[in-house]
Amino acid sequence: MHPWSASRPLSAWLPGGYCRSRRGAHRVFRPVIDDDRCSKCSMCWVYCPEGIITRGERYTIDYDYCKGCGVCAEECPRSAITMIREE
Amino acid sequence: MTQMAISLSRLANEEFVAPGRSGCPGCPAVMGARLAMKVLGKDTIMVNATGCMVANYGYCGAPLFPFIHSLFENAGALASGVESGLRALGKPDVNVVVYAGDGGTVDIGLQALSGAVERGHRLVYICYDNEGYMNTGVQRSGSTPPWASTTTMPEGRRDWQKGSIYAARKDMVRIMAAHDIPYAATASVGYPQDYVRKVEKAANADGPAYIHLLTPCIVGWGFPEAMGPKLARLAVDTLAFPLYEVEDGHRYRITVRPSRPKPVAEYLGLQSRFRQLGDDDGIIEIIEKQLKRRWAHLQDLAALAGPGKEPGE
Amino acid sequence: MPRSYLTGCQAVAEGARLAAVQVVAAYPITPQTAIVETLASAVARGELDAQMVPVESEHSAMSVCIGAAMVGARAFTASSSQGLILMHECLFMASGLRLPIVMAVANRALASPVTIFADHQDSLATRDACWLQLYAETCQEVLDYILIAYRTAYHPEVMLPVMVCLDGFFLSHISEPVSVPDQAAARDYLADARPAYPMLDVDDPRCFNVMAFPDYFSEFQRDRFESMRKAALVLDAAFQEFEASFGRSHARVEGYRTSDAQFILVGMGSLMGTVKQVVDDHRREGHLVGAVRITAFRPFPESEVAGLCRNATAVGVLDRDVSPGSGGILFAEVSKCLYGSAPGPRLVSFVLGLGGRDVTEETVTRCLEQLLTPAAQVLGGAVHWPDANTATLRKWGLGDADGDKS
Repeated sequence: MHPWSASRPLSAWLPGGYCRSRRGAHRVFRPVIDDDRCSKCSMCWVYCPEGIITRGERYTIDYDYCKGCGVCAEECPRSAITMIREE
Repeated sequence: MTQMAISLSRLANEEFVAPGRSGCPGCPAVMGARLAMKVLGKDTIMVNATGCMVANYGYCGAPLFPFIHSLFENAGALASGVESGLRALGKPDVNVVVYAGDGGTVDIGLQALSGAVERGHRLVYICYDNEGYMNTGVQRSGSTPPWASTTTMPEGRRDWQKGSIYAARKDMVRIMAAHDIPYAATASVGYPQDYVRKVEKAANADGPAYIHLLTPCIVGWGFPEAMGPKLARLAVDTLAFPLYEVEDGHRYRITVRPSRPKPVAEYLGLQSRFRQLGDDDGIIEIIEKQLKRRWAHLQDLAALAGPGKEPGE
Repeated sequence: MPRSYLTGCQAVAEGARLAAVQVVAAYPITPQTAIVETLASAVARGELDAQMVPVESEHSAMSVCIGAAMVGARAFTASSSQGLILMHECLFMASGLRLPIVMAVANRALASPVTIFADHQDSLATRDACWLQLYAETCQEVLDYILIAYRTAYHPEVMLPVMVCLDGFFLSHISEPVSVPDQAAARDYLADARPAYPMLDVDDPRCFNVMAFPDYFSEFQRDRFESMRKAALVLDAAFQEFEASFGRSHARVEGYRTSDAQFILVGMGSLMGTVKQVVDDHRREGHLVGAVRITAFRPFPESEVAGLCRNATAVGVLDRDVSPGSGGILFAEVSKCLYGSAPGPRLVSFVLGLGGRDVTEETVTRCLEQLLTPAAQVLGGAVHWPDANTATLRKWGLGDADGDKS
């Protein structure tokens, strides 16, 4: 876990802190990466507004937070990402 | 494309915003903030004028860097105070970045910004331009293209001077360049390589730096949420939003030259805010002509900077 | 302690220098300008190590102070009148973010019509911005209050900004002998004046000024409200410490010959010197008169004012301000303190000294005589304008000095 990722409560004394919420539940379409077609070019990672694609041997998506906007699929130069309707 | 990927791959893997922001899916303004932070790193304080980024980071967001939402019109001044305070405390190595929308920059925040850059504070001011007051419900701003429909000008602005090459909207980069600051540039989320290079240049400028970043708005412009980067790219490719930079207030340099500009109708046609233009080919033609004249003017300015000043040379 | 002849503006600047302020942002406006000029030359001469930020508006002046205070620097500004009103929006932000900013306000009336002269309309218009407000009577107090203001503003029970108000020209531009504390003693006095926690800090990143929805907003307000209440005791302690360190005594409210007084005049600022003079004159004639000077308008010294005035026959409140549709602003505050005290004094409201009109002994005497008049002969509820130019009022069809009786 990221050292800062523990949620800080909004304190009455200290008007700082932050909260976060899992947005994945509202998703209509889910991006799915086809590892065979993926060339690991970074473009999905660059454009993902949520910052939830992890680069590495395989590219992975954190579905807890993915809003399903489809930018990754649209920008993938090899059409390796498909948007699939959530059940 | 390969070359772009290689350069972008230098960017930090570390995310500086924890996932779980509120705000619209696919928001290009958030892409701009995220990429800027990857260049600037965690020793950065962000000042954010009232606008969409408050909806993104300030409702239920999670920036992992010091972040303050200012008032609507004082981001430039508040950032000046942050920079002066850091200077007074002997902490000059912290970056100060303002990330503010076009309303908070070209309209209500213009005075505070002008004062900040005139005084020469060392800060990077990024205006994410979605061409209107999108957070409050798509009202027109001084940065809205005159032919776009907004809730406060449904028919668009029909009084724009047909002879004007700047299309009756504030040209912030020229305004900033006129302050003689070390660095001013336009950028587009559709050209991330160009953008991150500009953020890096801005961060290293010896004085105030300004970047005017085009960030299409899904809600205000009316396009599918996956299309933000594509729209931002088309704006450049059709000459609707040229990418250039100005050093020391006078050295203009065009940073992305579309080899063969696409017809502007391709850009306009993808957005519902231009639907009210109808099939009036006359208007499209006038817009096209205007954009070409502006492009020619930019090339003139770049030529004044002299040969050998072109990118890559 | 060396004494110098200082104007009110110079006394503010000396106070800020002694407080070792680190960021000074200000925009020129008469009669405050000399404060910043003095500070700028202190910085230029190397007597003060501060960042001078010559901003393009008062709105930006307060914004710069907010930014500087957010990173933990000691911020200072000064303003007046239109400038103070222009920064109105930022005043609420400064207190909401709990920033220990100190601002000198050289009080000046508000346009329109235009004037550059003193009254309290400007700072009282910011009454509800959750800033502590101290009103000085002398140039010495001006200097002392700046140090006291910083000590209080940083106190962890308070963490609120403070205005030190001095009447434009009457104090800002008049020279008086002022004892100037030495730097080391001032440093000791402010030794604990440090930010209670890091705010914009790259080593402890947090978000500020984010949304508070209805389920939280009220509690933030309550938090400020309670801190302002606690500020009264913290101010008292700061006054006591100040006396111990520098030998001068100050208080949130000053009673002058009130112990047996039946007729009391209440007011703020420089006019109270004249009031005390008139009280002395009337005492010599055998009248049981006294005066109460409010130093801390916020937090308002409710129980202290009630204690001083409760047993009087009549209390007159001198307002160098007016709230049209209601009356004197200070009058409303004083009335609230005395509500419910039985039998309670008769309360009379005087509006005077607006837009720099000199509050003379004659004017104050007129107010006192009004108080001394048996109750049966006085019209109830009226606002009295004891220094009104009756000829003009009559010509303009506006009634007379004791209100419109038409």
